[in-house]
Amino acid sequence: MNYLSKENGLLSWLLTGDHKRIAILYLISITFFFFIGGALAGLIRLELLTPQSDLMATDTYNKVFTMHGVVMIFLFLVPSVPATLGNFFIPMMIGAKDLALPKVNLLSWYLYVVGGILVLVTMITGGVDTGWTFTTPLSTHYVNTNVLSTGLAVFIAGFSSIFTGLNFIVTIHKMRAPGMTWFRMPLFVWAHYAASILMVLGTPVLAIAIVLLALERTIGIGVFDPTKGGDPLLFQHLFWFYSHPAVYIMILPGMGVISEVISTFSRKRVFGYTAVAFSSVAIAVFGFFVWAHHMFIMGVSNYAVLVFSLLTMLVAVPSAIKIFNWVFTLYKGSITFETPMLYSFGFMGLFTIGGLTGVFLGASGTDIHLTETYFIVAHFHFVMVGGMLMAFLSGIHFWWPKMTGRMYPEKLSQLAALITFIGFNFTFFPQFILGVLGMPRRYASYPPEFQILNVFSTAGATILGVGYMLPVLYLTWSLKYGAIAGNNPWQATGLEWQTQSPPLTENFTKMPIMDHEAYDYEWLAKQQEKEVASVG
Amino acid sequence: MNHISPTIWQFLVKWLTNFALFPPEASKIAPQMDALLFFMVLVSLIGLTIVVLLVVSFSILYSKERHPVAEQIEGSTLLEATWTIIPLGLFLVMFVWGALIYFRVYTPPANAMNIYVVGKQWMWKAEHPGGQHEINSLHVPAGRAVQLTLISQDVFHSFSIPAFRVKREAIPGRYTTVWFEATTPGTYHLFCTQYCGTNHSQMIGDVVVLTPEDFRKWLAESTSGASLAQNGERLFASLSCAACHNARPDARGPNLANVYGAKLALSTGQTVIADDAYLRQAILSPSEHITQGYAPIMPTYQGQISEEGLISLIEYIKNLNSDYRIEQTLTTTEMLPGSEGKAAAGQNPATAVPATQGTVKP
Repeated sequence: MNYLSKENGLLSWLLTGDHKRIAILYLISITFFFFIGGALAGLIRLELLTPQSDLMATDTYNKVFTMHGVVMIFLFLVPSVPATLGNFFIPMMIGAKDLALPKVNLLSWYLYVVGGILVLVTMITGGVDTGWTFTTPLSTHYVNTNVLSTGLAVFIAGFSSIFTGLNFIVTIHKMRAPGMTWFRMPLFVWAHYAASILMVLGTPVLAIAIVLLALERTIGIGVFDPTKGGDPLLFQHLFWFYSHPAVYIMILPGMGVISEVISTFSRKRVFGYTAVAFSSVAIAVFGFFVWAHHMFIMGVSNYAVLVFSLLTMLVAVPSAIKIFNWVFTLYKGSITFETPMLYSFGFMGLFTIGGLTGVFLGASGTDIHLTETYFIVAHFHFVMVGGMLMAFLSGIHFWWPKMTGRMYPEKLSQLAALITFIGFNFTFFPQFILGVLGMPRRYASYPPEFQILNVFSTAGATILGVGYMLPVLYLTWSLKYGAIAGNNPWQATGLEWQTQSPPLTENFTKMPIMDHEAYDYEWLAKQQEKEVASVG
Repeated sequence: MNHISPTIWQFLVKWLTNFALFPPEASKIAPQMDALLFFMVLVSLIGLTIVVLLVVSFSILYSKERHPVAEQIEGSTLLEATWTIIPLGLFLVMFVWGALIYFRVYTPPANAMNIYVVGKQWMWKAEHPGGQHEINSLHVPAGRAVQLTLISQDVFHSFSIPAFRVKREAIPGRYTTVWFEATTPGTYHLFCTQYCGTNHSQMIGDVVVLTPEDFRKWLAESTSGASLAQNGERLFASLSCAACHNARPDARGPNLANVYGAKLALSTGQTVIADDAYLRQAILSPSEHITQGYAPIMPTYQGQISEEGLISLIEYIKNLNSDYRIEQTLTTTEMLPGSEGKAAAGQNPATAVPATQGTVKP
């Protein structure tokens, strides 16, 4: 008996309050949207194979990259790790039966689905071509596409995110098992706590920005209209006030995954636990005060640029701390190289590149040359695809045995990790060079001298596509044919591994008591000796 | 290599021979920008190499086969302080260095030659002070500081010249500036880099850098007959600005001679510098920009003057440094050869009105 087999039928899923079932619902829906976003990315890369705009009309191209951005950001990256792995494992890691507010949790999935369906309806009825950044006055006065329905979709999906964040904060504060002090929590929980603060405080500002945009577009209230005394740049301030922290909403949970995986497969506690925990909080706090670095060239005051550039440099430091702490977690460990570990290594390399190139953009001078070019595209995809998606795949493989009770096929998935890594670099590394050369982003056609690098990029994207298809196939296969996983196949220390796989609906047979630090492998060894002794 | 298709082979040869990692350096700031870029690439490569080397060597040294039992280590304050302080120091160096370049790019020297650029869906229009117009191209002399004053007529655009390493957003309703000094004659890409709708990727053009000699020739060949200031003067007349701004002692509007760049006391008690942005705002929403001692009687010109019109008005006001009533008399008569005749006035009543006003002597 487990959470999957306890009840059957569609309704038992659609009306469930179980955080694990909701996580599975999320996993299915975000995977669906990931492949929609991915197909759109494929169209973009195909169009850019040649310098001319020849595969589709420029209007269509503009819609395709806009929908790619909207789908990937709001329907995949923002909910990816928190709503699936976070939802599933935060209660288990802190020894709770469920999230504090199970019905709110289900509501947030429904909001997500409504947002997602609205995006699909928008796409089918003609799409939207403002770019995922909805820049005014283009979005308010100049395009005739479905800005309002997209805005509504993002607004609704935003509330799904707010509710998830709220639920996590309440759960982490109130539902910890006896002995689970703040500094005994796994770093995955710390990372989600930091991300949740961003979700709860940042997302409402996005909602406000969208409401103002809708009012401007429908009745012309003039907040963003200079002819009525408004400020067209104000929208971007509001938008980035959410959307910059949003990249931390996306990456922090991924960082949480990496902490768990690196520790588990080097059988060693995370080097400098406190520093890693506080660096998550530091990222969340500093993350709120860097938004204007998206507007360095837009005529904000030079002195504001100084302040925001300095704060951007400061927010890069906690990320550097994390990288080195993970690296030194390996030191004197006992390392094995299962798939989650390979993805985590991929994350560390690619996120380092993504983070460092962020510094190129945060330094105001070089930002002038690099911003609004393919350098931005490459930087963002290194952080989000090279970083976040690698972390997501790492986490999915890591916890797959716990979620399903089955092992994935190891060799095949190691191969998939390798293919993904190679494909990723081929796709996105050339874009750094394109950016330095000056190729603007969001171009349907481009000067012919940029072609060779675009050809590399498109070729890489096909490899990357294969890398992403493989896990879907073998993970589905493993549901039926995978080896039985057992409770703790990785010999990991987290409380989620000390119960059966797949877990019971109540997670634990009796309330766990946390009497040791996180990542205490000696405790785990003693525990197992005891079990052997009791069986013997 | 005969198993590779000739088309692909030719393609590879062609592109690999033209392969570049950096665009040409064609402005004074470009080498400075590239120096910082090189520094950042170097630091990044070293940082990345350290991370990769550590991961690889730890993976080999401490693999389960070699190192079956892990040694638990809490952490190390010293090490952690090291990798906090060193990156922080390097990032701060990049911050200061970057800020120096940033301030240089966006602080034009006082003697820079100004060119106005208006962005609109989907073209760039450049207005030289001599009245030369260009669309999707910009001719500039080498070896001379050129300032661009940018504005957009509709949505956000961004004026990017990769070979100069400069870029500036063209914003609706607000002037922004950028400057450069081109060094090498040649033709370079001009891109709109801010997504601006359907034909964003066609909002491109050429920046042509000419030797000072060639640039003078180009200016002479491309003249449109009237300078920007003369166009402005014509507009000043046709909009009846001189009805109030006529510099007479009893005038209802302030005297505009030498007003450009001057400090103005407003009726609100504020003091402002009368720069391009101020003049533009004062024309479009005068009620918020009343000079002390004058009544708020000026009507708004919002929606009545194009951005190009505003630019020529400002250019005209910039050049008003003496008794402009006389200049105006001379030019308006000159510009309307048949202005004495009623027929000409009938054809162009707007310009005819101030022609008579201009002739009125105090």
